[in-house]
Amino acid sequence: MSTRDLFTFRNRHFTVGVGVIAGMLIVTIVAGFIVLPFAQPWVQFANVWDAICSAAGVPQRAATVTAPEQTRRLSEVVLTSRTLSRPSQEAIGRGATLAQRCAICHGPTGISRADSPNLAGQYAAVIYKELHDFRSGARTNAVMSPFAVNLTDQEIADISNYYAYLPRLPAYHPTPQLPKPNIVIYGAPMRGIAPCGACHGSLDNKTGSPWLEGQSEVYLKAQLQAFAAGERRNDISQQMRNIARAMTPQEIEQAAAYYASQPPDVVKAVD
Amino acid sequence: MLVNRKLILAHFWLAFAVFGLALTLGAWQMFIRSPIGTWLSNPELYYRSLTAHGTVMGYVFPTLVAMSFGYAISESALEQRLVGVRWAWAGFWLIVAGSIMAVIPIALGRASVLYTFYPPLIGNVFYYLGVVLVVVGSWIWVALMSVNLRVWRKAHPGAPVPLAMFANVAGSYLWAWTAVGAALELLLQIIPVAAGLKATIDAGLARVFFSWTLHAIVYFWLMPTYIAYYTIVPRAIGGRVYSDSMARISFILFLVVAMPIGMHHTFADPQVGAGFKFIHSAFTALVALPTLLTVFTICASVEIAARLRGGCGMFGWIRALPWDNPMMLALAFSFVMLGFGGAGGLINMSYQLDASIHNTQWITGHFHLIFGGAIVIMYFAIAYDLWPHLTGRELIDVRLIRTQLWLWFVGMIVTTFPWHWVGILGMPRRMAYFDFGDPAIAPQALSVTLSAIGGFILLASGIMFIVILARGMRAPQVDAGPYRFALAVHQPATVPVALNTHALWVALMIALTLTNYGYPILTLALSEGTSVPAVYVGAQ
Repeated sequence: MSTRDLFTFRNRHFTVGVGVIAGMLIVTIVAGFIVLPFAQPWVQFANVWDAICSAAGVPQRAATVTAPEQTRRLSEVVLTSRTLSRPSQEAIGRGATLAQRCAICHGPTGISRADSPNLAGQYAAVIYKELHDFRSGARTNAVMSPFAVNLTDQEIADISNYYAYLPRLPAYHPTPQLPKPNIVIYGAPMRGIAPCGACHGSLDNKTGSPWLEGQSEVYLKAQLQAFAAGERRNDISQQMRNIARAMTPQEIEQAAAYYASQPPDVVKAVD
Repeated sequence: MLVNRKLILAHFWLAFAVFGLALTLGAWQMFIRSPIGTWLSNPELYYRSLTAHGTVMGYVFPTLVAMSFGYAISESALEQRLVGVRWAWAGFWLIVAGSIMAVIPIALGRASVLYTFYPPLIGNVFYYLGVVLVVVGSWIWVALMSVNLRVWRKAHPGAPVPLAMFANVAGSYLWAWTAVGAALELLLQIIPVAAGLKATIDAGLARVFFSWTLHAIVYFWLMPTYIAYYTIVPRAIGGRVYSDSMARISFILFLVVAMPIGMHHTFADPQVGAGFKFIHSAFTALVALPTLLTVFTICASVEIAARLRGGCGMFGWIRALPWDNPMMLALAFSFVMLGFGGAGGLINMSYQLDASIHNTQWITGHFHLIFGGAIVIMYFAIAYDLWPHLTGRELIDVRLIRTQLWLWFVGMIVTTFPWHWVGILGMPRRMAYFDFGDPAIAPQALSVTLSAIGGFILLASGIMFIVILARGMRAPQVDAGPYRFALAVHQPATVPVALNTHALWVALMIALTLTNYGYPILTLALSEGTSVPAVYVGAQ
């Protein structure tokens, strides 16, 4: 017997094999696409075709639902792999000139004496995102917003590259290093809080998350509280708001004090 | 007639070497995730280890075992020298190169995406290219199995293909087709993003492609085990296969219905229609059929052996079985684990019941019990059975072999039963850390600790296995005779063409893939706006 005799209805194995499989398929199709959709009393279908389309997962636009209107601006920053890659020396120089206006709060070497963030050696993507958010109004601050509002895209990129280029220095008022509190090492898995370092640089860096070592305790605490209260809203998909809301006031204080006491040289380097 | 022993031994040794490494990683993962370990405070290390463990255990180890066993079957069942030995070595070296290429980015923390890839997570491109090389290497084996059978058929027109080879080739065809899903996902979706040509990826489509591979791959892992059930165990314990036709039908059923059922992995995915989920669920239920046929046939075959040894009575024959024979022990352990694992699988495949255990530790427990337990214990048995024929030396440590099998069985039960239990309690899988100090999960600490202890028992058993094989390489020389497979009670003189060839069943497998996957894949591929930005592992 050759394969020519195999694929013929005279071959009992062929007839039975194909017949049983086709029969199974038809029965499951009828059950899955017609019987079961109508067996759900809480779903209404206009007709059989409607039920079949629904069960097949045909993409449908929900005509009656309109997206809820945003009362506040959201972060609209787009960062591609080319946005900040390989800055030229001129770009960094331009950034240095522009950064003179930042020095009054952020310090002439990028180390703040005024409980503003230390920017020296901060990830470029972080400064890029925050300046964009201040400019668009996604993040507001009485001092920063007026500075950012007139910056061009190019200027923002240059400032970001300049600060990323500066060496990371110890904080202006270094305090004795504190032991790691649990919230920093473990997060709180039951409350959906990852260890801080999973995004903020000591374990891994997720794009847009700053490293925190040596930053002002007052500033860190204020930001966590602002996230928790929903006053600061420029974190994408509420990443930080969800975390800060789930933190206890005591944990917020521990995390802020811990990070303020750390030297910034443990942070994962930028590629 | 085993001529290319070096080729077969090379595959086996590579398989067991990488298995040993991945097993060690697995035990370490169980330990640091449990209350008895101190948390490393770096989840990335855990996921790095998990990626290596899964990649080796999912892609490299079982593929190499299937390949080496396949070459051994081809030479000894067909009694003909392997055709295409150079190609076989090329396949082997492709797998070596692919494994090294994949492991380096994993070790560097550049590909901690787990072996299931999970786009939009994107790792280093060399990780994916390494996996592709491993698959391409195994496809050479698929082609060689087909070619060797064809050569044999020409020399023996119309003769029944020996059962072992018939099943082996069915397994290779199943693998060839099931690997296509992941290959499409890698080549069309992931690798272009990993190589920087694209920045977005349709994660839903990728998951559908992967489900094409992910379930049937289990049946590819299972094939050597089932071949051993049918063609080694009865011979090793002095019995006969109860029915040659039943065996062929089982393998044919695996070929046809193992494939179009993968969407039961995507029950919680919104991008797949409920109707298709139902069809896949129903066909998954069908796949229990060849397993039930096998359990029946093998129990009957074993009973024949027992009665030949003087066993009598309704159940009295069970006592007459050669329980000191490692093969008997392995089969019994394998069946017990298959029974529990299969019962758990019936929960997973039910659309509604799945909801209670989806993405929990239950799933991890389930696939470790089936794969690590029922399947791998038979890989051990296959190696023990083949070793004297490959090395020309006797395996003298029968007591040690029995201890090893016992330890593996006990270890797997101790590992996976608590795992299932905490899954029912809701413990999620793929977590690097659990805070057992929290009152909500403190009661689960005991189960997780037990599970970790099971992991160490498994590690001990794995080390013993490798030691036994290594000592077998230096034992006194012995003439093991030709390698033979079990005979059936009624050895087939002629076999209907449908049960002697694969064409009809491969055609049905492809047809069912088109009906069950065609529409979901097409709509997702053609829909606009379904892609999301890639998340690069370890990128700034």
